[in-house]
Amino acid sequence: MEQLTWTGGMGWLNPGLGLAVAVMILAYLGQMVVSLVPATGARTIGSGAVATADQGISGLFGRVGSWAFRAVLVMILIYLVAGIVLGPAAGIFGGMARQLLPVWIALIVTFALSITYKRRLGLYGKLFDSTVGMIGFALVMFWVYTGVFGGVFDLLVTHDSLSQVSGMKNKLPGTPLARAEDGEYPWFLLGGDNLARDVFTRLIKGAWVVVQIAPMATLFAFMVGITLGLPAGYYGGKLDVFLSFLANLILAFPVILLFYLLVTPEIVLTGIPNYMAIFLFIFPLIFLGVLLNSRFYTQPSLRTPLLIGVLGIAGWLYLSLVSTNGALVDAPTYRLPGLPAAVDLFDIDPGVLVVFVSVVFVNAPTVFRIVRGLTLDIKTRDYVAAAQTRGEGPWYIMLWEILPNARGPLIVDFCLRIGYTTILLGTLGFFGLGLASESPDWGTTINAGRRLLSLYPHAAIAPALALLSLVLGLNLLADGLREESLRD
Amino acid sequence: MGLFILRRLGVMLLTALCLTFIVFWLTNLYPNLEKLAKTQGNFRMSDEAVTSYLENRGYLQPMPVKFGQWLGVVPGWVTETADGKVFGRCFIDGTPEADRDQFCGVLQGDWGFSTVFKEDVGPTVLTRLALTGKLMLCVLLLMVPSALIVGVLAGMREGSRMDRSLSTFSIATTATPEYVSGVIFIAVLASSRFGLSPLLAEWGWIDGRTLFLGSATSAMEDATFWNFFLPVLTISLYGMGYIARMTRASMTEVMTAQYIRTARLKGVKFSNIVLKHALRNALIAPFTVIMLQIPWLLNGVVIVETLFNYKGFGWLLVQAAANNDIELLLAVSVVSVIVVLFTQLVSDIGYVILNPRIRIT
Repeated sequence: MEQLTWTGGMGWLNPGLGLAVAVMILAYLGQMVVSLVPATGARTIGSGAVATADQGISGLFGRVGSWAFRAVLVMILIYLVAGIVLGPAAGIFGGMARQLLPVWIALIVTFALSITYKRRLGLYGKLFDSTVGMIGFALVMFWVYTGVFGGVFDLLVTHDSLSQVSGMKNKLPGTPLARAEDGEYPWFLLGGDNLARDVFTRLIKGAWVVVQIAPMATLFAFMVGITLGLPAGYYGGKLDVFLSFLANLILAFPVILLFYLLVTPEIVLTGIPNYMAIFLFIFPLIFLGVLLNSRFYTQPSLRTPLLIGVLGIAGWLYLSLVSTNGALVDAPTYRLPGLPAAVDLFDIDPGVLVVFVSVVFVNAPTVFRIVRGLTLDIKTRDYVAAAQTRGEGPWYIMLWEILPNARGPLIVDFCLRIGYTTILLGTLGFFGLGLASESPDWGTTINAGRRLLSLYPHAAIAPALALLSLVLGLNLLADGLREESLRD
Repeated sequence: MGLFILRRLGVMLLTALCLTFIVFWLTNLYPNLEKLAKTQGNFRMSDEAVTSYLENRGYLQPMPVKFGQWLGVVPGWVTETADGKVFGRCFIDGTPEADRDQFCGVLQGDWGFSTVFKEDVGPTVLTRLALTGKLMLCVLLLMVPSALIVGVLAGMREGSRMDRSLSTFSIATTATPEYVSGVIFIAVLASSRFGLSPLLAEWGWIDGRTLFLGSATSAMEDATFWNFFLPVLTISLYGMGYIARMTRASMTEVMTAQYIRTARLKGVKFSNIVLKHALRNALIAPFTVIMLQIPWLLNGVVIVETLFNYKGFGWLLVQAAANNDIELLLAVSVVSVIVVLFTQLVSDIGYVILNPRIRIT
């Protein structure tokens, strides 16, 4: 097996791609420069919006740029299709495109279904009216599918994420294995790291860690923030002062100092993360209970079985989440018994739990402030006054009148915050806190790769670009959602 | 106004007290103290040895007493060992009885002793803070003007190509945390084997082997463009996108205002409208954002100083936290809390001064 180049048999297309990219950048730059010089014949409509984009030199530049952009897209598509057909014969990109085939299929199915039914899908469907939103959604779903297929089903990976292959230490991308056995993938597509493990496989396994933790942690932070922010904004007074003070207190901490204080093995020993988990994870239960009770309390025959069912399942999940090996807190000196191991659904690694808890803890105050601000704004609306006049209870008004009307900004912030949580997880990994040092998550991998950065950059660059693209996707998605939700 | 500032200062003090107490409590938990004893003494200490080490140094007193001693409102501990040595929090062994201080805490200006650096905490923090100040100043000088320019250019014609390109650029920078952009910059610009440097060196465009230096250690004494630009750029880039987006939002809002339309109808030149009519009002909101961004830069500073090995305040924070250096960590957190709360105060006051429509009641 010979060394793979980046594009292999498709190398003849590279000059074309380079040319198209150069033309695109030059044309767009040209258009921007020209737009600074006011054109004499140009007419503008309204408040400075450009109505003359397709006229004159500026319009010419714009048209050339957008054709070049389309050419770039088509060529990337050719690389992809060729890669899927030819496999590693089309270089490293080809090999990766072939490996990621299930992801491409899932993406195409998702997009085809969503675009077909977009008029019936509410805000989600409207996302497919905005190019930016679609690009963001594609990037995010790419990593979600990669994480799920690679992490759960072991589909996309080429090697084991922990096994070290002799002779592959710090090898460049596309290096063939020295002694590949039968059935073993004969290349390290993205090279080997400083412990001779496959960077490509670890990238995909790392995507699963991020895709699991970041949305869940954000969801919990939202539950905490909403459950506390609604009453703080609605009731105001002493409660508001107290909760706002607490939120500002946590926000005044430098995040990294907080992480260093919370996420160390010594603190895990004291059981403090477990107490925090017990406290923070109860909020979804409270939220669900109050949500259902405030709506159905006038119909006890429906409310009581519903609450028992929902809270029973949620409580079971909660107890499984917070108890490990049959104990809520397992400090060296004492032990709080929890759910017995026999009925415990799943155990969470203490390292992961402490990371999870601290990320929720850092995010919750910001969500609290947003929800509080929205509540303060919405509670002055007429429909809230109408509900008050009707004699609805305060929790009904908060959860069924105010919260649904605050959903637009909250959904947008949710997307942004998943991205921010991903960055925080990376920060934790970058400082070697929390997750085990052999964990494939992107932050830890960047941290491991940065020591040899100027000699072998590929081991750190690959996860860095992955993290960048996921967060960029989430930000673009949030931007698209904001645009579309404002259009109503 | 005066009352407002006083009240804010009071809240600041209360917050700082609460925060330092939390830091104090977390660092004084027994497992942390045990680690401290073992790193200071030796790693094979028996449990009794650990206890006596901690007992002798006053670590095992009740938490409020220790906190009071650190603040300087409770007399410092005094230990008399079996072999007749007398030492305490405020004096070392062999000090004559008359010279022994009773109180030594923050209120007396004594910030304690760093167990990692074997130095007094006060001067250590100040030296490191000066180094970080240099970094922050450069960051602000680069970040604020470029963010404002990008934001104003994007916001002056909403929906144009310029707007879309620059907005995409700002979104991309907010999606690039420092440890990602830093890694990419080092690999592309500061590696002698990869990226641009070998190419440029071959063409003879640069004198040294790399375009920029991947380590900022030498910038601590003598900062040049060559060794200091990459860390500054890395921090600026992440903060820039956010400020630029806020500036753009504020600029587009101002550009749709009635008085701008009036000016346009009167036939004022577009450049005059942007520079003379719109800009002043559009810069009120970014001012707040810039002030609130400064505590954020502190995070970036920690990451970048670790990545580029620049031994400033962020590096100090990492060293103190990793080694559970209690008094150093407390001083570090006091400084960062003051930075956070002070910038909040300045942004509030500045907002009122800049925007006459807002009045504090």
